[in-house]
Amino acid sequence: MNPLPAEEFVHKCTTACAGCTSSLSLRYILKAAGPDTVLVVPACCTAVLQGVYPATAMNVTVYNIAFAAAAATASGMAAAFRRAGRATNVICYAGDGGTVDIGIQALSGALERGTDFLYICYDNEAYGNTGMQRSGATPIGAITTTTPGGKTDAKKDIDRIVAAHSIPYMATACAAYPQDLYAKVKKALSIPGPKFIHLLSPCPPGWRYSAERSVEVGKLAVKTGLWMLYEREHGELRINPVSKAAMKRPAPVEEYLKVQGRFKGISDQAKGALVAAMEQNHRRLLAEEAGTC
Amino acid sequence: MLTIATGNKAVAAAAKEARPGVIAAYPITPQTEIVEQLATYVAEGSLDADYVPVESEHSAMAACIGASAAGARTFTATSSHGLLYMHEMLHWAAGARTPVVMANVNRALGPGWNTWAEHTDAFSQRDTGWLQVFVATVQEAYDATLMAFRIAEDERVLLPVMVNLDGFALSHITQSLETVDVGDFIPPFHLPHAIDIAHPRGYGTLTPPDIYFKFRWDMERSMRASREVIAETEAEFARRFGRLWGPTEDYRCEDADVVVVALGTLGKEAEVAVDKLREEGVKAGSMRLRWFRPFPILDLAGREVVVIDRDYSFGFGGVMAHSIRSTTGVEPYSVIAGLGGQEVTYDDIAQFVRQREVGREFWFGVSD
Repeated sequence: MNPLPAEEFVHKCTTACAGCTSSLSLRYILKAAGPDTVLVVPACCTAVLQGVYPATAMNVTVYNIAFAAAAATASGMAAAFRRAGRATNVICYAGDGGTVDIGIQALSGALERGTDFLYICYDNEAYGNTGMQRSGATPIGAITTTTPGGKTDAKKDIDRIVAAHSIPYMATACAAYPQDLYAKVKKALSIPGPKFIHLLSPCPPGWRYSAERSVEVGKLAVKTGLWMLYEREHGELRINPVSKAAMKRPAPVEEYLKVQGRFKGISDQAKGALVAAMEQNHRRLLAEEAGTC
Repeated sequence: MLTIATGNKAVAAAAKEARPGVIAAYPITPQTEIVEQLATYVAEGSLDADYVPVESEHSAMAACIGASAAGARTFTATSSHGLLYMHEMLHWAAGARTPVVMANVNRALGPGWNTWAEHTDAFSQRDTGWLQVFVATVQEAYDATLMAFRIAEDERVLLPVMVNLDGFALSHITQSLETVDVGDFIPPFHLPHAIDIAHPRGYGTLTPPDIYFKFRWDMERSMRASREVIAETEAEFARRFGRLWGPTEDYRCEDADVVVVALGTLGKEAEVAVDKLREEGVKAGSMRLRWFRPFPILDLAGREVVVIDRDYSFGFGGVMAHSIRSTTGVEPYSVIAGLGGQEVTYDDIAQFVRQREVGREFWFGVSD
């Protein structure tokens, strides 16, 4: 393991839930970014876990903004900083609802117009802050408070949507692999222009598993091959070794599903759709890596 | 320098003179000419600004907020549906105390599609915490836009300002324009609470019920203080550039028995109606309201008042008629006219005065 900077930018006593991986990940993200950073946060769990005015648990500037507005706010902010000759990192830290649903227009616009920023979507696959309602990122078969019988639609593939913008850097990450996340944030911030990281963030209350199992659940997501770790730099795809291994010798998908209450009673049809989407994702990534697509 | 310009070109020329750092904008008729002109200034190098070509008006205002917070003077322009699409961010801009300046070219709302003048778009934003001024001539569009930056950025205000001009009736008509060398009339941009990396802060964090209302009161305190700042700014503008503006533009009001109150271009049209009525022996005057927020303190005691609303609040009435009634105690004759660009001539306005019935509401052109 590479030693990470000791300096903390997320203080203790946030109001995050026990076992929250989005706040854990934020520690590593800010260690990678350092103090010359502004975090732009739309409505999401992070808007709440900072603490209550006048206190803040964050030791970098955090600019809270309306739900649909994070990426556009970053566009204006980055323009103003660059004009002033400042290299300040502008990082949007948004949940999946704020990214794949209500914020997708602003995100697409900011990516298209070349905003110099890093957008990180921490994905707990539902509207967590409001009590786990379905989002476009909720996987098929998952129970949420608005899909009590399990979601009947597939997870929106935001990564392919982002990839279609041909930005200089994009990556996936998982909270259970903080070193990988740290390295990807470092690399992203070294590249000018728009960058995107899609971070899987297991959520104990939302996914209905006990808080101490967050890392285990995240690792299972990767080892089953359901969540693929990779990065795409200037169009060149690199799949993480752990995900390559998962494609060859995957852990059974059942192991990932059975530890989470949200998949309790999942139908064979929904499970089949999850596996089919996973396999299609593998085929696409392998073909891209081999240069055959 | 004396030139000729459309209302839109005058706004763009004033915005350029104010030297904004970031302009974020999205096209919409009849505003588009403003942002086209600004994009051209930036492209040809006559304006050193970042032009952020956003994908929506919601994002235009979000980008202006972000840029302002990061220390840049910001400008945008919109109309009608664009203004409504910004609505959430208008509240945010005011609450975040980012002194954004925006031109709103007043236009009706769909359905059906209508690109002509109406004020319901701006009045729908009356509770957002924005200052709002309405102009009636090309020169005034230019002067008000310049003053808007100084007013918004004054530390006693730090609220955004919206400059309203009537779609087509002003945005696309050509008049003479005297441009100015603004000099130090608008001081360098300084936002006391701008992002300071050395001193990290949380902006807009969760604010509990025992504190939140204090921020709202602070906004109102600034809105009240803005009356003085506006007056000072208008006086200083007059001192430097020779044109004096105020909360209203009064025409032959001194001895008037009946006063026509209107906003924007209809308020100018009313001046001609007043002349005609005076020829008939009617002691009429015109009071064109310029500022809508903060709402001006008016003295209409002892006069009959005809209010022309180019707007409507359904189930309630004309916004201006009710505003006049509630702030002055005067019961007006309320005329609803000019919606969606409906043609209203000075002869029509003179007729409104002749047919006035205190306390009644009249929809121009509606027979039932």
